Amino acid sequence: MRVSVDPDRCVSAGQCVMLAPEVFDQDEDGIVTLLQSEPPAELHAVVRQTASLCPVRLIRITE
Amino acid sequence: MTQHHPAAEVPSSPALPDFPMRRTCPFSPPQRYAELREHEPVSQAVLKVTGRPAWLVTTHEHVKAVLGDSRVSSNLKLPGYPHQFPIPEEMLREVRLMLLSMDPPEHTAQRRYLIPEFTARRMRALRPRVQQIVDARIDAMLAQGGPVDLVAALALAVPSLVICELLGVPYEDHPQFEEWSALMMNHDISPQEYGAAVMALDSYLDKLVTAKQAAPGDDLISRFIEKNREDPIADHTDIVTMARLMLVGGHETTANMISLGVLGLLEHPEQLAAVQADPELLPGAVEELLRFFSISDSGTARVALEDIEVDGVVIKAGEGILPLNNSANHDESVFPDPDTLDIRRAEARSHLAFGYGIHQCIGQNLARIELEIVYGTLFRRIPGLKLAVPLSELRFKDEALVYGVHELPVTW
Ligand code: SF4
Repeated sequence: MRVSVDPDRCVSAGQCVMLAPEVFDQDEDGIVTLLQSEPPAELHAVVRQTASLCPVRLIRITE
Repeated sequence: MTQHHPAAEVPSSPALPDFPMRRTCPFSPPQRYAELREHEPVSQAVLKVTGRPAWLVTTHEHVKAVLGDSRVSSNLKLPGYPHQFPIPEEMLREVRLMLLSMDPPEHTAQRRYLIPEFTARRMRALRPRVQQIVDARIDAMLAQGGPVDLVAALALAVPSLVICELLGVPYEDHPQFEEWSALMMNHDISPQEYGAAVMALDSYLDKLVTAKQAAPGDDLISRFIEKNREDPIADHTDIVTMARLMLVGGHETTANMISLGVLGLLEHPEQLAAVQADPELLPGAVEELLRFFSISDSGTARVALEDIEVDGVVIKAGEGILPLNNSANHDESVFPDPDTLDIRRAEARSHLAFGYGIHQCIGQNLARIELEIVYGTLFRRIPGLKLAVPLSELRFKDEALVYGVHELPVTW
């Protein structure tokens, strides 16, 4: 699994960081940053969930 | 009832239902929502407060589609905007748009100034302070002895204290702004009463903002003022309006969720026992309670900027739209057996209780933390908590913009 984000569109609701702090973080300004773009298998389910919950759908997953 | 826009056409079809619709059960959305989801996901209704028609959008899929669509606006000054409460016309003309009612790029600029205040990290750091506040309120309840009204003793006090500290608003003034805030959330007051409540709160905050401009503190309003000095996006009135939104938004909603959530758990003793036995179930319980009650049902009004098609229906430019969270959150295609409270529900987090799209609630993680700590601590410290009156005697806020219960007498 590969994860990518488009930080320009982030509205910083923080859903992703609360759900998967191993994969997503927020910078000083609250904008999403990626901690790892190829998360291990045990995180795949939760990462898929963040992608569907992100209110502006900016988390992209390729598998 | 007032007519905001005198030119507006009164609907010709008498068959259109009124909105808001009444709940028949305090724990379920209005029954009509389920029929609409099944037969007419995008339909028209007449707003009781203005007598004007608006589109109701009721399925999870379509509510998300509308709230995520950049061709709809949140600007409450646009003529077709479906107002849910009576704003006097002069006031509507003069009132400043607040974050919730702005469109990009103004929305983006103001939200950027506020989001660092609400990052997941900052919210986590707030936990110990929220815990202290909750413990102190429960100490006071225990010292006083039951029965107590949980709304006053805990539900309103906790978020009110938390948001006051965050904003730098003196908590000793809380009886006043809690009253103004409650008035502003009420569907049934006159435009004059509504206007008076907003003006009273604004003149209070106006003085506060002026004081912070002269002597900034370590708080959200002061930091907003600082940033705005470096790169101005707002004038004094905009800052007062922002402060009003944060103050009202920060306590009214969470307060109602605390009371309703406690009630929901008390009415489902098996699920309450599970949460008491295993605090790991708490975050899921919070999401499910948010979904189940969906207290901000009619709070996401929009107006179409262009003709848009939703589920085959064309909503024309200038027409008002109400994407209904409560209906979306009870959509059986996403949440099986939706009217059942199930704290172990796997898909609970897909709820739209905090909205969706660029306006999704900025304070949602603060709310989550407050709810989790309140539910967890209350039922741990007072395991024998119970209602002090029969359920049928509770008065629910059917007339309010944010659903809740007026008083919640409990004892132990
Ligand atoms: S969920 Fe989406 S919008 Fe929210 S912080 Fe994460 S990436 Fe940004």
